[in-house]
Amino acid sequence: MPVTLFIPTALRGFTERNAELSLEAATVGELISALTQKYPDLRTHLLDEKGELRPFVNVFVGEINIQSRGGFAFPLKDGDVVTLIPAIAGGARG
Amino acid sequence: MAEPRESLISDDRLTDLTPDELTRFSRHLLLPEVGALGQKRLKAAKVLIVGAGGLGSPLALYLAAAGVGTIGIVDYDLVEASNLQRQVIFQSRDILRPKVAAASERLKALNPNLSVVSHHFRLTSRNALDLIRAYDVVADGTDNYPTRYLVADACVFLGKPNVYASVFQFEGQATVFDARHGPCYRCLYPSPPPPGLVPSCGEGGVMGVLPGILGTVQASETIKLIVGGGRSLIGRLWLYDAWLARSLEVRLEKNPACPVCGERPLITELVDYESFCGLKNEGEEPIPSITARELKERLERRDGIQVVDIREPHEMSLSKFSEAVAIPFGQLARRQNEFDPGKDLVFICKIGQRSLYAIRALREAGYAGPMFNLQDGLNAWAREVDPSLSVY
Repeated sequence: MPVTLFIPTALRGFTERNAELSLEAATVGELISALTQKYPDLRTHLLDEKGELRPFVNVFVGEINIQSRGGFAFPLKDGDVVTLIPAIAGGARG
Repeated sequence: MAEPRESLISDDRLTDLTPDELTRFSRHLLLPEVGALGQKRLKAAKVLIVGAGGLGSPLALYLAAAGVGTIGIVDYDLVEASNLQRQVIFQSRDILRPKVAAASERLKALNPNLSVVSHHFRLTSRNALDLIRAYDVVADGTDNYPTRYLVADACVFLGKPNVYASVFQFEGQATVFDARHGPCYRCLYPSPPPPGLVPSCGEGGVMGVLPGILGTVQASETIKLIVGGGRSLIGRLWLYDAWLARSLEVRLEKNPACPVCGERPLITELVDYESFCGLKNEGEEPIPSITARELKERLERRDGIQVVDIREPHEMSLSKFSEAVAIPFGQLARRQNEFDPGKDLVFICKIGQRSLYAIRALREAGYAGPMFNLQDGLNAWAREVDPSLSVY
C-alpha cells in the first residue's frame, strides 16, 4: 500500500534531493528496505551493521515514534505519512 | 500533550515594576495570561543562552526586549563576516570582536535595566554544572554535538529545563527537554552521528532566516516557562522545513531505558563529550596531510597523484578544482574500486575537515592505498596558490 515518506534535508543528498517519496510497504521495515534499495548510499546513514536503526535517527509514523511501538514491525496503512528525523546540530566545523 | 505549568519563578523573588517598566512592557501587561505577575516573573528570571549564533541572536534579542531580568551568554568565539547572514544581533563593525561583548552591548542598548552576564569561554564538563546552576532555565543554541550532549546531561542532573532548537540547511527542530516532566535529549537521540556522516552548516549551509524562526520559538517557550501557563513543547518536537513551508509536530516520550534520565541511569555525572562524540579518535593511525603549496608542486611534477574532490556537486560551481575527479562523500565507499591503490590519493573539500572523515570512511570500508588530506582544504588553496578562486 502506498505511503508517503518525507526525507529530511540532511539526507536529501542521498535521494537526488527528493524530499517526498511515495513507496509501497506494509511495515516500517519494508519501507526502509524499499528506500535503501532505491538509494543504496542511504543505507549506512540509517542502519547499523545488524540492520537496526541508528541511534541518531528516528522514524515517526504520523506523530508516533516507532521505537517504542514495535520498531520495524510497526504496521503501515494506506496513506500513512512517515518522517525520518535525524539529529542535527548546526554550524560548527566537525 | 503537556498541561499548563507552574512558573519556574517563586513568589519570594518578585519585586515591583517601576513606572518606566509599566510603560515599556504595557503590551505584555495587557495580556491577562502575562499581566503584572508574569512581567515580575520575567524581571526576576535568569536565563542562560548557550551559543551566541544564529539561534542565540533572536533568542537574546527577544528575551531582552521581553524584560527578562538576567541573561547570561556563554560563547568563546569571535564574530566572523560569514556570521552576519543570520546572526542578526551583530553588525559589520563587530567583526573580530568577542561575540559575548558585541551581544552584551547590543542587549544593553535595547534594555538598559537588563543585567547581561558575559561568559567568554568554552562550556566544558568542568565548568558546566557551576555555570548552569545559577540560572533558572537554559536555552541551547549551540552548533555541535559535544556541547549539545553536555548541556542536555547537565540540565538533567541539575533539574533545569533545556529549551532546545537546532537547524540545518532548510530544516529546524525545537522542543523543551525537562526530565522532571518529560523526555530528555538522550531519550530521543541516545548518541550522535559519527563525525562527517552529516555535514555541518559550515559545510552544508543554512538558510539565514531559519535560525531566526527557530530561535524565536525558543524565546517563546522560554517566556512561557517563566510566566507559567500555556502549553509547553515538553513532550512534543516541532519541526519546520522552510523550503517546503511544512511544519510537523511529533510526540516525544520518556525512554525508560534512557542512560541519563531512565529508570536505571548508567550515566550519573558529566563525561568527556568530545570522546563520546567520536571526535578524539584515540588509537587511530594518523592521517597524513599535504599543504596547498606541496600539492601544487606535486601536480606540476605530474608524479602520479590522484586528487579526489569529495564536495557536493553545487559546491563545485563556487570554486572549481579542475585537476580533481569529483566523487561526493556519500558515494566514496561504494566507488572505491575507481581508485588505484598504487597511487597517492589526495582528498580535498572546503576546509579540510570532511576530507579527513572521507579518508576515515574509506579506511573503514577496507581501502588500503595511500591517502592524504589537503590541509585546510580548498580555502587554503585559494589563499595560498590560486587567489582567483573564492574562499567560501
